[in-house]
Amino acid sequence: MHSDHSANGKASVWLKIAAWSGLIFLHFPIAIIALYAFNTEESAFSFPPPGLTTKWFAVAFGRADVLESIGLSLQVACVATVLAMTLGTMASAALYRRNFFGKESITLMLILPIALPGIITGLALLTAFKALDIHPGITTIVIGHATFCVVIVYNNVVARFRRISASLIEASMDLGADGWQTFRYIVLPNLGTAMLAGGMLAFALSFDELIVTTFTAGHEKPLPIWLLNQLTRPRDVPVTNVVAMLVMLVTTIPVFLAYLLTKGGEDVAGSGK
Amino acid sequence: MNTVAVTPGGAEVKVKRSPLGRFSDVLYRRPNLYLLLLLVPPLLWFGSVYIASLLSLLWQGFYTFDDFTMLVDHTLTLSNYAQLFDAANFDIILRTLLMALSVTLFSALLAFPVAYYMARFASGRTKAFFYIAVMLPMWTSYIVKAYAWTLLLAKEGVSSWFINLLGLDAVLQFLLSVPGIGGNTLSTSNLGRFLVFTYIWLPFMILPVQAALERLPPSLIQASADLGGTPFKTFRHVIFPLAVPGIAAGSIFTFSLTLGDYIVPQLVGPPGLFLGTMVYVQQGSIGNMPMAAAFTLVPIVLIAVYLAIVKRLGAFDAL
Amino acid sequence: MTTVVEFSSVSRHYGEVKAVDQVSLKIAEGEFFSMLGPSGSGKTTSLRMIAGFEQPSEGYVIIHGHDATGLPPYKRDVNTVFQDYALFPHMNVLENIAYGLMVKGVAKKERLSRAQEALDMVALGEYGLRKPAQLSGGQRQRIALARALVNRPKVLLLDEPLGALDLKLREQMQSELKTLQRQLGITFIFVTHDQTEALSMSDRVAVFNKGRIEQMGSPRDLYNKPQTAFVAEFIGSANVIKQPLVDTLGLQSGKTFALRPEYIDLNAVSEAVSGELNAKGVIRDIQYQGANTRYQVMLDSGEALNVSCANSFSAGNEGSGDVLTDGAEVNLSWRADAMVELRDVELRGENVNVDNAGA
Repeated sequence: MHSDHSANGKASVWLKIAAWSGLIFLHFPIAIIALYAFNTEESAFSFPPPGLTTKWFAVAFGRADVLESIGLSLQVACVATVLAMTLGTMASAALYRRNFFGKESITLMLILPIALPGIITGLALLTAFKALDIHPGITTIVIGHATFCVVIVYNNVVARFRRISASLIEASMDLGADGWQTFRYIVLPNLGTAMLAGGMLAFALSFDELIVTTFTAGHEKPLPIWLLNQLTRPRDVPVTNVVAMLVMLVTTIPVFLAYLLTKGGEDVAGSGK
Repeated sequence: MNTVAVTPGGAEVKVKRSPLGRFSDVLYRRPNLYLLLLLVPPLLWFGSVYIASLLSLLWQGFYTFDDFTMLVDHTLTLSNYAQLFDAANFDIILRTLLMALSVTLFSALLAFPVAYYMARFASGRTKAFFYIAVMLPMWTSYIVKAYAWTLLLAKEGVSSWFINLLGLDAVLQFLLSVPGIGGNTLSTSNLGRFLVFTYIWLPFMILPVQAALERLPPSLIQASADLGGTPFKTFRHVIFPLAVPGIAAGSIFTFSLTLGDYIVPQLVGPPGLFLGTMVYVQQGSIGNMPMAAAFTLVPIVLIAVYLAIVKRLGAFDAL
Repeated sequence: MTTVVEFSSVSRHYGEVKAVDQVSLKIAEGEFFSMLGPSGSGKTTSLRMIAGFEQPSEGYVIIHGHDATGLPPYKRDVNTVFQDYALFPHMNVLENIAYGLMVKGVAKKERLSRAQEALDMVALGEYGLRKPAQLSGGQRQRIALARALVNRPKVLLLDEPLGALDLKLREQMQSELKTLQRQLGITFIFVTHDQTEALSMSDRVAVFNKGRIEQMGSPRDLYNKPQTAFVAEFIGSANVIKQPLVDTLGLQSGKTFALRPEYIDLNAVSEAVSGELNAKGVIRDIQYQGANTRYQVMLDSGEALNVSCANSFSAGNEGSGDVLTDGAEVNLSWRADAMVELRDVELRGENVNVDNAGA
């Protein structure tokens, strides 16, 4: 496929090394987390670990605060995802084809919550909640998360909308389907996987978001905040290690599923040319 | 070929319709109403939740903070915004800006070979593997990644073990003795902080660069070779310029995310505030919300300037 | 004959651009009607206004005697075969064909049997369970046709449906479409930019240019009696003869004429002149095209004329190749009635005679 293989075959050995080193760099710290979750040592980080054990998993799952944090984070992520999927899909349906005054500004507004540093979004939400006398809690966490998750869904869905050829919708109407039927039988089936993928990513993002959550959580302790608090407590290290690994796994699954849902996208919604 | 009979009738086809069908008829006839209905919920949400919050935050920057009573009063003043230009505060801005720029530069350096290999040499399974391998760390919990580095950089931790193993002690000591980037240990040095930042934001750079390189048609490279370009010249004059929009797009993330971060500077590196930690400390431990609000204007302005620059490099088309 | 589709002074504007400008036409029941023109001439927009994807800015679209202006596509008894076929990628072939029946509430058993019938009609009966992505271009084209026809529309709209096929397949589909149209007796409205396609298939052709219909008529009429220089040059090729050549030839001054290259006889200067009109010139360029050879002849008066000669053995043309070389002096001659007088004013659609619907 790539004909320049032979043209700079020698360079590509170095390139290969550089590329794989980059990949190792990205995964090494993650592997360390996985390794330390099985560490027998209680309060130090010495390497290599003196021994391996699975006992900390039982300890971690026996901790009420851990379970509570996991439950809270799952709850928040689910509600925020549903909200983001609704708003993100609506926005992409409105913005993908027609041009109208203010369209650029609306797009920018959707992107802003992830383009601006989280501390700004977090602090802004906090001041607004204070001004309106809303007590930070689960609702405020959800509001914050839904806001920056919209763009994740929007990006996925709008890309799919653009790939659904306009003539598919015209063909459906031409064959006698009204707007609702066209949406139900043509648009939705072609959009479904993109919406789901966007939802998966939104879920993953919400589940482990820390920066904005710090400001909107009040006294609640979703998992990332629980983890942050743990970093200053040396004697809980084994439990922290186990939870860190679990958080990683929980976000990995939806991200991987999202990848599977969108990878064949090119021929899912093509025009059949 | 068989014959299909044609049935006569009026111009309008009459079929029984569901209420949703009739509703969609109205929307079909009035595309603007349809657009409005779609836009109102997201606009309401973003307008009331997000934009209003941002404005109220910036407005807070005009309030007065009484240093003695530690209370905020609603007298309007420009002094918070003016204080941003104090030498001490200016130091914070400069320190953060330098870090954001060096992290961006280094990320681009590390990302390029990975992206280039992915886009131009890997195919099929290798490519899918690389893609997932970059995507997973990108979405892995921020705090878990930061935590992993505290494990790595800890005394007697993984990094020191490897440095011992490879006999690189002297090199590390030399690096740590360099003023500006050095420190007592890796975990209290600017070098350590820089590594953690680079690590956390690196995937955000790889994917846009990869996407930009992916769009580059192979025929361009063949054309360059055909016209007598050596591989190096082809890279220099064809591949790299076309990857610039991707790098610019990725740099938006590395730059903006580093600029506003307030967790990593607390966990790794020397004392000395960053923009993010300054805001965090002002609003949290000090309770000086007006000053915190004023400080948030700095990353907003810096990012706006940065966006204006990278927009000219084509970053927005590569997002 | 009954009129199925009528345009009454229809215009479609996009801002300042007039995509369709004051077009009037009548299409008769059972007619194979083509809209021919270069891209941007308004032919596709006109088709889309019949389908209901676009609405006229002015004027009326009348389908089967009822005003259809403003009706959405799903309330019109016309169906379309799309240029890119627009087969639904997530449905198999049978589901695609049955779609129109399904949304109209036809029971599952009936719609599937009718879909299978339509599939048999386009000779793809075995392919019902395939997905569109598993079919070739020609097969997709037939599925698109079956999907439209299963609804038994009064009018079938075809938007450059053969554009994506290669030449051999295209020619085959042309004759199949024509046969199908004859059998079904449905009105076909066919949009194309390919003049040979339009000429070979249609009962009548409307030639579009800049949003207007330049001329409407049978393929024979359009070729033999073009009314404007655009039509003469767009359909086949033509020498458009203007001043001062008109005067040189002794024709009525101030008029413009079209002269087809193949109506001109070309002889070496030594040979006797036979035509009613004559001119002398020098061969400037020779293009060998297989069945024909095309010569560009520079006349003594300075204008160039194209001449096309059939390469036939019986005429002994292959022998004259020695004489008719580049730079050779030649005599051109043709009959006076081979010249067609053109109107030099661009015609508005409304001025075209629309009453002779039907070939």
